[in-house]
Amino acid sequence: MSIAWYLAVSAIVFALGAVGVMTRRNPLVVLLCLELMLNGGNLALIAFSRMWGNGDGQILAIVVMTVAACEVCIGLGMIVAIYRRQLPIDVDELRELQG
Amino acid sequence: MSTTTYGWLVLLFPLLGTLITAFGYRVLPGNSAGWLGTTAIFLAFLAALGALISLQGHAAADRQMVSSLWNYASTAGIDAQMSILVDPLSVFMILVVTGVSTLIHLYSISYMEKDRGFVRYFSYLNFFVFSMLLLVLAGNFLLLIVGWAFVGAASYLLISFWYRRTTATKAGIKAFVINVVGDAGLVLGTYFIFKHTHTLDLLKSFHAAETGAFGHGTNEGDLVAGCILLLVGAFAKSAQIPLHTWLPDAMEGPTPVSSLIHAATMVTAGVYLIARMHPLFERAPAAQDVGAVVGAATLLIAGTIGLAQTDIKRVIAYSTMSQIGYMIMGVSVGAYAAGLFHLMTHAFFKALLFMAAGSLIGAMGGEQSLEKMGGFRKALPFTYVCFIVGGLALSGIPPFSGFFSKDEILLVTGERGGWHWILYVAGYTGALLTAIYTFRMIFRAFHGEPVSEARELEGGHLHHAEVPRNPATGEEEDTDVGFPGPVHAIAERALPMRVAMGLLALGAVGAGLIQIPKVDFVIDDFLRPSFATAKGYEPHTKTGLLVIGLTLGTLLGLAGIALAYRIWVVGGRELKTSTAIRLRTRPLYELFVNKWYFDEAIDLLVVRPMAATGAFARDTFERVFVDETLIGGTTGIVRAGSAAVRAAQSGFVRYYAALLVLGVAGVGFYFLLQA
Amino acid sequence: MSAVLFFLAAIGVISGAVGVVVLRNPFFSVLALVGHLVSLAVLFLLLRAEFVAAVQVVVYAGAVMVLYVFVVAYVGGEGDRSKIGQLGERLRGNGSRPPAVGSGLRLGGAILGGALLVELLIALLGTGLEATSGYGAGYVPGPQAYGTPAYIGKLLLTRFLLVFELASFLLLIAAVGGVVLARRRGGLGEEDEHERFVPLDMRRPLGTGTTAEGVGSRTP
Repeated sequence: MSIAWYLAVSAIVFALGAVGVMTRRNPLVVLLCLELMLNGGNLALIAFSRMWGNGDGQILAIVVMTVAACEVCIGLGMIVAIYRRQLPIDVDELRELQG
Repeated sequence: MSTTTYGWLVLLFPLLGTLITAFGYRVLPGNSAGWLGTTAIFLAFLAALGALISLQGHAAADRQMVSSLWNYASTAGIDAQMSILVDPLSVFMILVVTGVSTLIHLYSISYMEKDRGFVRYFSYLNFFVFSMLLLVLAGNFLLLIVGWAFVGAASYLLISFWYRRTTATKAGIKAFVINVVGDAGLVLGTYFIFKHTHTLDLLKSFHAAETGAFGHGTNEGDLVAGCILLLVGAFAKSAQIPLHTWLPDAMEGPTPVSSLIHAATMVTAGVYLIARMHPLFERAPAAQDVGAVVGAATLLIAGTIGLAQTDIKRVIAYSTMSQIGYMIMGVSVGAYAAGLFHLMTHAFFKALLFMAAGSLIGAMGGEQSLEKMGGFRKALPFTYVCFIVGGLALSGIPPFSGFFSKDEILLVTGERGGWHWILYVAGYTGALLTAIYTFRMIFRAFHGEPVSEARELEGGHLHHAEVPRNPATGEEEDTDVGFPGPVHAIAERALPMRVAMGLLALGAVGAGLIQIPKVDFVIDDFLRPSFATAKGYEPHTKTGLLVIGLTLGTLLGLAGIALAYRIWVVGGRELKTSTAIRLRTRPLYELFVNKWYFDEAIDLLVVRPMAATGAFARDTFERVFVDETLIGGTTGIVRAGSAAVRAAQSGFVRYYAALLVLGVAGVGFYFLLQA
Repeated sequence: MSAVLFFLAAIGVISGAVGVVVLRNPFFSVLALVGHLVSLAVLFLLLRAEFVAAVQVVVYAGAVMVLYVFVVAYVGGEGDRSKIGQLGERLRGNGSRPPAVGSGLRLGGAILGGALLVELLIALLGTGLEATSGYGAGYVPGPQAYGTPAYIGKLLLTRFLLVFELASFLLLIAAVGGVVLARRRGGLGEEDEHERFVPLDMRRPLGTGTTAEGVGSRTP
């Protein structure tokens, strides 16, 4: 398949991720959707790397995965801390930084 | 040492005195601050003598010297140096000022003893002397204005010296405000003159005026305006009508302060100003006429008010006002030497009178009202003699000094001819009034039945009031703050006071002898180089007019004393005659006692509209326009704007995410359009 | 053959993504994501990125998702929107309702996502990138061919050394941060200003308090 197909898949995954971030209220699921967006980006990277024939895209994809892992670590840590404080696990309720 | 160096020394010593007493406020022990201040002024007097001797060493034509220390202000067309002008006129003034000031400082050491503000007093007094010297020594308009303003400030500080008294602080503020009106006049007048002469230096300015900066005629518009504004300044400082209301209230200050500032020196600054600016005034005869008329009017009005006052210090204050009226009239008609001579003799006998009044008030335990005094002749002999000497000098009885000086002014006025005879008549009427009110004061205080305080003093005990009272309002006051001091000094018991008063009495008696008409012309000759270009400086002295004038003066003086004697001594303690006169001339009496209603008039015409304007500004303008519209409006807009923006900070993460996606979509859309 | 594989993997990817977004229960969402990741790995293989595919499966699906599973199991997150709302209300009494922007965002979010998708597709495909219509560069098999671990390793240690080091640094920070965030803290009592979030009379069990309690300087 030509690269264009892969890019199309990547776009679809990215958009789905964005929708999920905007729509879901459970922060865990929001983070999952964020992962989706990252994966979409990864796919695009790998596709373009294949197109050019050098490995830059792949390296970047690995780095993105690393960053995603770190971010998940911190994000989940925060959710655990929130849960421990017995605050509701709901992004709409967690709005202290308002106004 | 050159003459101008003496000039700078004259300025330096009082300044040092001020600074040392001010900074050594806590460390100066006992009376030392007083002696320090006195020494400082005495050194200045010696320096003034040095300047005199050195000045006379120069040829007559060279006796106007300017010395400049540094460039004081050099901007925008104004080039003012820190310069002093040493010439006969200024040397004359500094001699008078330092001489009388030394004696007053000496007097104050006893008078202000044990007052908590003793050191502060001497610091202020030295500052005042410095300012006055700066004023008369100033070589350009700028320093003149600086000295003028400093003198006003020193006057304020000293009038409200016992600042716990509301009457004193109010009087200080009143004096300062009226003086500021005068300052404004002075500055504006300077501007009008500067506009044409383009220089602030005094000598250069006069030279420019003489060589046609104001045209070659007289009464050029700007010059007249400038001179009249200078006159406004002179009137405010010298307490002439209508800016005179501050002087009687200024008696709230300690008596030596009244003696120095409000008799001998500060109030004569206006006279000095007109004399100094004579080249300008001679080209604006209109302004001269204004000065002469106002001087004459003040002389009469103040004289009449003095007849009805009961506070002894206020009687002497109105007398000062009246005598300054003579001086202003004198220098306005061109009798410069006479006017300044009168300034000198007046300084002597007026300071003497105030000092003697201070001694009398001390004997009364702080009470100042004539109605409560009487029969102090035996108890206060030295003070009595001083009063008599001062009173005779003031009334113009030969051979005392006041006779020669006052009559010379009137002589020159008479010689001017034309409508000046009105001033001539007014002057002699004033002389009669002067004699009456002066001896009214003396007879009421010293003759008749001795009051209880006098009897106490005859017995050797100085009276102290059980409860300290404010002499003006009579209300009880709290002296726990440490002032006014508990000591009431009288001359008979304090040597410094006696020395000071004695020297002044000598001056009052003998100073006239240096300027006897047709006999010797010490003052005339001395001052001539300063008035080289003055018209009519030489006294013409038609002998006929001279004889008439002198005899008339003497007769009127004696008549006044006799009248006073008849009313107040023969009339007796119960004042039968004076009460009868008072009843018969009721409306006149009311007018005089209420000071011709000047205070009320100024209150109605000036103070109330100003207060109303201020209240309007505060309540309406400031509140509505500034607070609510300008400030409130601006903050309202900012607040509304920020509230609108704040709505975007909802705290919803999903909302932010949506905005992010929207942004990305938007940017992408834009770039898609581009491509 | 590769086309068939592509479509199968693509379907897997997209359905996994849809599942993450749509499924109510967060646990199911996680599982959907795992499926999505595995399919994505297949796509990577098709694109000759063997190493990246392996990393994807091992690290992403194997470690990160396992972490997710643990957290979901611990935290729970009841998943259902209305149930969360009811539980929240029961917990804090009469708390404030989340405003309508939350619910309006479902529709708005969908629209925005759709717009984004359209734009991306236009950008990626519609601009006539000729290269994307090809298959990419030629493939030369060998020990250090494109996509092999040796190839990636050489790149990482030569051209992208700084990136490599920074990424490891980041991992260190994240590890420390995660521990700090999630460890036990002492009682919070007075420090919590917003009473409405705290169930009033529920005693805290031991070990859910502040750092002070954790280090033993303060008893709950």
